[in-house]
Amino acid sequence: MQFLYSGLTSGSIYGLVALGFNIIYNTTGLINFAQGEFVMLGGMLIYSLFCVFEVPFYTALPLTLLGCFIIGVLYERVFINLARYKTEINLVTLTIAASIIMRDVAMHIWGRDSLRVDDYIPVVNVQMPGGVISSQSILIIAVSMLVAWGLNMFLKKSKYGKAMRACFDDQTAAETCGINVRSVRIMSFAVSSAMAGIAGVIISPITFVTYDDGIMIGLKGFAAAILGGLGNFWAAVAGGLLLGIFESFSASVIPSGYKDAMAFFVILLILFLKPDGLFGRKKATRV
Amino acid sequence: MKRLNFTFLVLMACVLGYIGTQVTNEYYIGVATLLLIHAVNATALNILLGYTGIISIGQAAFFGLGAYVAAVLSTNYGINPLLTMPIAAAAAFVLAYMVGSPILKLHGNYLAMATLGMGMILYIFMNEMDFITGGPSGFVGIGDIIIGKFDLADEKSFFVFMSIIFMVFLLVCELFDKSFLHNKLKFIKNSESACRSYGITPARTKVMVFASMAALTAFNGAIFTFYTHFISPVSFSFKYSVELLAMATVGGLGYITGGVIGAVLLGLVPEIFSAFEEYEMIIYGGLLAVVIMFLPGGIAGTLKRLVKRNA
Repeated sequence: MQFLYSGLTSGSIYGLVALGFNIIYNTTGLINFAQGEFVMLGGMLIYSLFCVFEVPFYTALPLTLLGCFIIGVLYERVFINLARYKTEINLVTLTIAASIIMRDVAMHIWGRDSLRVDDYIPVVNVQMPGGVISSQSILIIAVSMLVAWGLNMFLKKSKYGKAMRACFDDQTAAETCGINVRSVRIMSFAVSSAMAGIAGVIISPITFVTYDDGIMIGLKGFAAAILGGLGNFWAAVAGGLLLGIFESFSASVIPSGYKDAMAFFVILLILFLKPDGLFGRKKATRV
Repeated sequence: MKRLNFTFLVLMACVLGYIGTQVTNEYYIGVATLLLIHAVNATALNILLGYTGIISIGQAAFFGLGAYVAAVLSTNYGINPLLTMPIAAAAAFVLAYMVGSPILKLHGNYLAMATLGMGMILYIFMNEMDFITGGPSGFVGIGDIIIGKFDLADEKSFFVFMSIIFMVFLLVCELFDKSFLHNKLKFIKNSESACRSYGITPARTKVMVFASMAALTAFNGAIFTFYTHFISPVSFSFKYSVELLAMATVGGLGYITGGVIGAVLLGLVPEIFSAFEEYEMIIYGGLLAVVIMFLPGGIAGTLKRLVKRNA
């Protein structure tokens, strides 16, 4: 059971990152390589605000998310929008370039060391059937479920959410109906980077934050998204949880040095066996 | 049929000949050899990205795989170094085929993530499997390539060996650039659906190209092993994949000359400016972004346009 709890904790983070991949993939058809970098950025910003400048947490959190939001908008404006030849391959290469730049700028600002973020809530170990779970893990699981639920509500109920969903289905048709596809694109980048920011904020007291965290967490989020099936929100969350549980169980069998390799084997396995993901539907391709 | 780019080939041969005969400083010859190795890798990536439209950011992993296979086989099992090179290439071919065949059938973008993952995993394995690879402290005691009575131990003879391989490679690439195969690959890059309606199976062709280029890179990695006599996982990290990507893109995607130009330029800059090291990755990333955003042909493409306009 202990493995299940730790798996759920890391799994909910992967789920959040996978959601971010999903949003951008749905609106632009791109795999955003910098997704993991935004997680790192969230952790770094909260470290600076909360631990260095000692801003109260309830001010620091919105500021961090706002920061991620703004950087997400800038990211879309600078890298995606300015590109003169918007073929898919160019755009993907651009996101790779952007992730390299972000990582290295972060290295120059925050240095190469692991930074420790103070706990937001007092650490208590709660006795659960078959093991203990810390209050931090409960916080992570609760927050990510809340965010996933909130995103779902946002997409279903609000005007902007509906516009975004229209664009997921058919961009041309959405544009004909008077939806500003351009602003939806910007919005999707901003929302997904803010979500990655939340993931970064809640995970950094446990794992600490290092400038090169982004690659691995992005990779695992991608594995979770593939596992669930790109294009389906709840599937992304489920994929994240499954991946987390799988990873923590496998850590009990194989040496921990190889733990990070599991995510990759999951990608390959899923692509071999069921390319649309566990919960994905087949999408017709249009020419 | 277009004509071969003789100017470029002759120019390269002259430059290599000049370095081989006139330059006596061992250090410069060493730098030149490394540049040639980078150039081969960058050109392989260029054929993937510029011709076929496959993004791979795990080229360093194939390079490293080749290097380690060659090192382990020649040192621990006493196999002739020349024989280990094709074995290394075959190993990379199989690995790339296994990774590529499920992924390339799907969305092409997935491959970028998957190769990134593969690169990270192989890097982890190189570090963790210290009973074979020597772990983070590296693999030592690698022998020399011996051809007949020539022992390629010193810088100069190795440079000659590498130059010959490089010129052969370049000639093959030029032939490829003028062949119908290259048209097929560019066709795939431009429209997979159109390809399918003309009876080409894009997935199969892409997997073959991906695996062949992986094999080529691994072959080159084996050469690298016998040149440096010491390898450690650091040389094959994600960073090197990014460097290769920057070299191929800045030099010019879709031009054989591009990979060579990019490798020479980006390979020389760190040698000239030592302060460059600190900001290396930012500069690579920035160059990559700027070239893709505004100059998709890179240096080679821009030069070609200028020449055409004036002619």
